[in-house]
Amino acid sequence: MAQQKEIETTGLLGWIDQRFPLTSTVKAHLSEYYAPKNFNFWYFFGSLAMLVLVIQIVTGIFLVMHYKPDASLNDAGIPVAFASIEYIMRDVQWGWLVRYLHSTGASAFFVVVYLHMFRGLIYGSYRKPRELVWIFGCLIFLSLMAEAFFGYLLPWGQMSYWGAQVIVNLFAAIPFIGPELSVWIRGDYVVGDATLNRFFAFHVIAIPLVLLGLVAAHIVALHEVGSNNPDGVDIKAQKDATGKPVDGIPFHPYYTVHDILGVSVFLIAFSAIVFFAPEFGGYFLEYNNFIPADPLKTPAHIAPVWYFTPYYSVLRAVTDDFLLYWMTPFLIAFALLVLVTGRSGLIKLITLLAVGALVGGFMLIEAKFWGVVGMGAAVMILFALPWIDNSPVRSIRYRPDWHKWVYGTFVVVFVVLGYLGVKPPEPMLNLMAQIGTLLYFAFFMLMPWWSAMGSFKSVPHRVTFAAH
Amino acid sequence: MSDSSRSDSAGRAAASPPDPSRRTAIGLTAAVGAVGGAAAVVPFVASFAPSERAKAAGAPVEIDVSAMQPGDLKRVEWRGKPVWVLRRTPEMLETLKSTEPQVADPGSLRTAYPTPEYARNPHRSIKAEYLVVVGICSHLGCSPTDKFQTGPQASLPDDWGGGFLCPCHGSTFDLAGRVFKNKPAPDNLEVPPHVYLSDTRILIGEDKA
Repeated sequence: MAQQKEIETTGLLGWIDQRFPLTSTVKAHLSEYYAPKNFNFWYFFGSLAMLVLVIQIVTGIFLVMHYKPDASLNDAGIPVAFASIEYIMRDVQWGWLVRYLHSTGASAFFVVVYLHMFRGLIYGSYRKPRELVWIFGCLIFLSLMAEAFFGYLLPWGQMSYWGAQVIVNLFAAIPFIGPELSVWIRGDYVVGDATLNRFFAFHVIAIPLVLLGLVAAHIVALHEVGSNNPDGVDIKAQKDATGKPVDGIPFHPYYTVHDILGVSVFLIAFSAIVFFAPEFGGYFLEYNNFIPADPLKTPAHIAPVWYFTPYYSVLRAVTDDFLLYWMTPFLIAFALLVLVTGRSGLIKLITLLAVGALVGGFMLIEAKFWGVVGMGAAVMILFALPWIDNSPVRSIRYRPDWHKWVYGTFVVVFVVLGYLGVKPPEPMLNLMAQIGTLLYFAFFMLMPWWSAMGSFKSVPHRVTFAAH
Repeated sequence: MSDSSRSDSAGRAAASPPDPSRRTAIGLTAAVGAVGGAAAVVPFVASFAPSERAKAAGAPVEIDVSAMQPGDLKRVEWRGKPVWVLRRTPEMLETLKSTEPQVADPGSLRTAYPTPEYARNPHRSIKAEYLVVVGICSHLGCSPTDKFQTGPQASLPDDWGGGFLCPCHGSTFDLAGRVFKNKPAPDNLEVPPHVYLSDTRILIGEDKA
């Protein structure tokens, strides 16, 4: 028999610890995981995202017990899937509550995740050594978008149907393989029963499994390197005699109790929406989705749910004129900037080739394809953040004051793009979306230069903290 | 077993494998396993494609246009898609002359949704009066809305002479389903294969009766 493992616990816990790393895991991730003591308001959103994930999984399980992914028409001429949602809302005991918790939870998920990402952005939480924490986080964001998209088809209303139709047709814009690819995704020549059933499978099992795995990886990576904080100070640099960071406190009980406050405030707002405004003025549940899917008629105004609208605006902004008069000059100026200021010959070469390929591609391939590329790039560019931020400090607190205006402009651009995405297409609004799209990409593409400019403030050795 | 003895044996193993002849077997096993794993993906990927039943569906649809008045639009479902039959008035047909220079592909020459030979004319139809098109925008697949009222209105130019507006991304089409220039949609509305069975009956989905 193997040698006895050395453990400190006795009794039942000791028996378990001999066979399973229970106490050591609890210590490593909770009671002896030292988090900086200066966490502020922005640090609630990580744990809130976990809470919403649990709400979505639990309510989702109960919804699946009554929902039917079936696009065929029932005796009354209503699609079975649509009718099963109405059945949940009207006939299943408390079904309305479970469903509203799930639909409101979807929007709440994006609210807390966007705020969580913004926190990472302003405090430089993606900087070395937290690059993988950020990358896992971006992958979670991607999975979440996929999860929301697949789930949105399930009620089989007009917005479900035409939203899926538009997004699946995005793939048809890819040269050569596009049309076959979009048929392959739908499993039919139009969005239909095959599409509904596979989206159901993705929504209830495939993506949630990926999501859970990524969340575990995100947290394990975070606990390996330790949390950042609003000062961007490395708390592991200042340790006491026992090796604990002087500016750190155990996550449990300090932050578990602290997060209960955040959870309480969140649940007050969440419940208010669930009980008093579950449709949230047509933004959380769109009015056209209360009409059963009709493959013959697109609603007069279709727009994605609010959390996709900034990216949807980018998609709509890309036209032939935009590529020729805006994007081409911008990319050429960008290539010149890299040529003049770049230090590595390899980077200069890659930039030249990439810009050349893009500008050439703008002429050869139609704008529809580049709209899809632009929308994808607007999400994918987030992955690059750890390597394009050249500022000598992490946190916005110690950056030049004018950097705050840059971040402020970026937030305004993102919100305006989101607003434009819910509006019907208009030439004037499209021009605004084009300016917004250019600014969005300029923020990231020019970050290697602007993030290093200006006079930075000196970063303290210890975190800024006042006991209360 | 102590830590030092474990690292010693690991060090030796790295320097020279105890049984070199087994390395080839391990490599081959892994390679065969990878091929098997890749082959196992094929049926799952293939199961995503349209089923035999989905491929078999799509029988031609017959429409009776005898009751249609000039200016009427009729919608029928063919292969899950909306097909429009528009009985155009002489004024409607007149607008096609003024839209000719404003549309992207007046001759219906693009091949993404090839226009049948018999509809490759300015009115894009067999009979000038009846327009038969698939009501799906060639941009991202929404179904455009009919905007037959002329003149300035929301989302449309001031000299609008009637046509179709896609509510999703604002592409506009004239009364022959031709897309206007510099709009997201690259192609004209698709003309499905169709044939007149008699003066008032149209078969959609087949060219030859």
